[in-house]
Order: sequence, then C-alpha cells, then structure tokens
Amino acid sequence: MLANRPVSPHLQVYRLPLTGLISITHRITGVMLSLGFALFVSILLGIALGASVYQQMQAFLRLWPCQLVYWAFIYALFFHLCHGVRHLIWDIGKGFERNTLILFAISEIIGSLVLTGTIFFLFDRGIL
Amino acid sequence: MIDKTADRKSASHATRHFRHQRITAVLLIPLSVWILLFLHKAMTAPYADMLSWLVSPVNAGAIALWIIAVTYHAALGLQVVIEDYVSVIPLRRGAIYASHMFFLILAVAALAAIVFILYTQGNYGFGL
Repeated sequence: MLANRPVSPHLQVYRLPLTGLISITHRITGVMLSLGFALFVSILLGIALGASVYQQMQAFLRLWPCQLVYWAFIYALFFHLCHGVRHLIWDIGKGFERNTLILFAISEIIGSLVLTGTIFFLFDRGIL
Repeated sequence: MIDKTADRKSASHATRHFRHQRITAVLLIPLSVWILLFLHKAMTAPYADMLSWLVSPVNAGAIALWIIAVTYHAALGLQVVIEDYVSVIPLRRGAIYASHMFFLILAVAALAAIVFILYTQGNYGFGL
C-alpha cells in the first residue's frame, strides 16, 4: 500500500450523528475494557498471593481514583454489552431502518446508565 | 482458478473470525454476572469470604470460562481495530502479533492464578 495514496475526506470535519458516536464509543470501550482486563488479572494475582497482600490491595482499591476506574469499567462493560446486543440483532438481519437505529442508540445509552445505576445500588446497599 | 481458491481461503478466515466474535459475545452476556460479583467481592469481602466464593466449582468455572472467552473476544476485536488504523503492513502484522501475545500471556496468568487458588485453598483433595 502506498504511503501517499489518496485518502477519503477527513472525518474530523464532520459532526458525527448519534449512531456514529455510539459506534465509535463501542470501539473505544472495547479497547478500554481490554486494558481493564489487565487490572482484573492483577486483582486475581492479589488474591492468589495471600491474605496480607489481599488486604493491602483492598485498601488501595478503596481510594477514589481506583473507584473511578472501577465504575468506569462497569459502565464501559454495560455500554459495550448493550451495543453488542444491537450488533447481534443486526446479525440476524433486523433493525437497519434509520428510525430504529436512533431508537436503538437512545435505548443503549439509557440501558447502560440504568444497568450501572442498578448495580451501584445493589452493591452499595449490600444486597449483592 | 488459483486466485479464486486463495480468495475463498481468506474469506473463510474472515467468516471464522466473525463467527467466533459472535459466539464469544453471546457467551459473555451471562458470564458478565460472575465478573461483576467477583469484582464486588474483591472490593469489599474479607479474604475468607472471597476464597470460599472463588473455590466453589460454579464460580471458579464461570470465571475461568469468562477469562477464556473475554481474552479471545478482546484479541479478535483489537485485531480489527489494528487492521483498520495501522496501514503499514509489516507494522500491522507486528501489532496484531503483539496484541495476541498480550492476551495470551494475560489469559495464562489468570488461569494459573485460579488453578493456584484452587490448589492451595480449595477442597479438591489434591491440595494436601
């Protein structure tokens, strides 16, 4: 492939429609969740290393920057899940109409927020 | 004729990638419940509670399955992202290889940690 090949119009000059923003967010959350997986592995290693390491790890995880990353991970997980379900609906050949797409996009945003809120409530109240 | 065969081969790679991406996606929807419970335990539960949750066969199995499905899903997804944004072919190949290795090493480390915890803490007869 030539380095100086013609390129398509620069995407930066367009304001992406809602569906486009949702699409790129799916990708961004996917990459971030992949990086978050490394954090999951370190938590698992912390458990394997014994009680004292585990307690130190928990003290660290209680710090607000860690909590921020934790809840960002959970929101990203739910967003990626909701939009992933939309992709699975596409895979069975349904839901390509413009109005349906906008409805899906809004449902995904609301759905991911509600799911994150519900989980926060259940965890916070010690129900789970 | 030879070219057509080559095309078909690469097309079958693409459909396999597509199919595996979807299979892991569907699998990951119910498994998300376990990863949320795991993270919540790791954040809040005393060490003994965390261990007794993790060594139960259903939980350990679900987390292990989640690790395998999620690393595979992430490796497939990140490969597409790299293919879209890295246009220099040798660099692209290298980046895809590096990302595959990244997820392989993380998956092995995570599964090793699970096996280690089961071996040292679980009641499966091979610990003593």
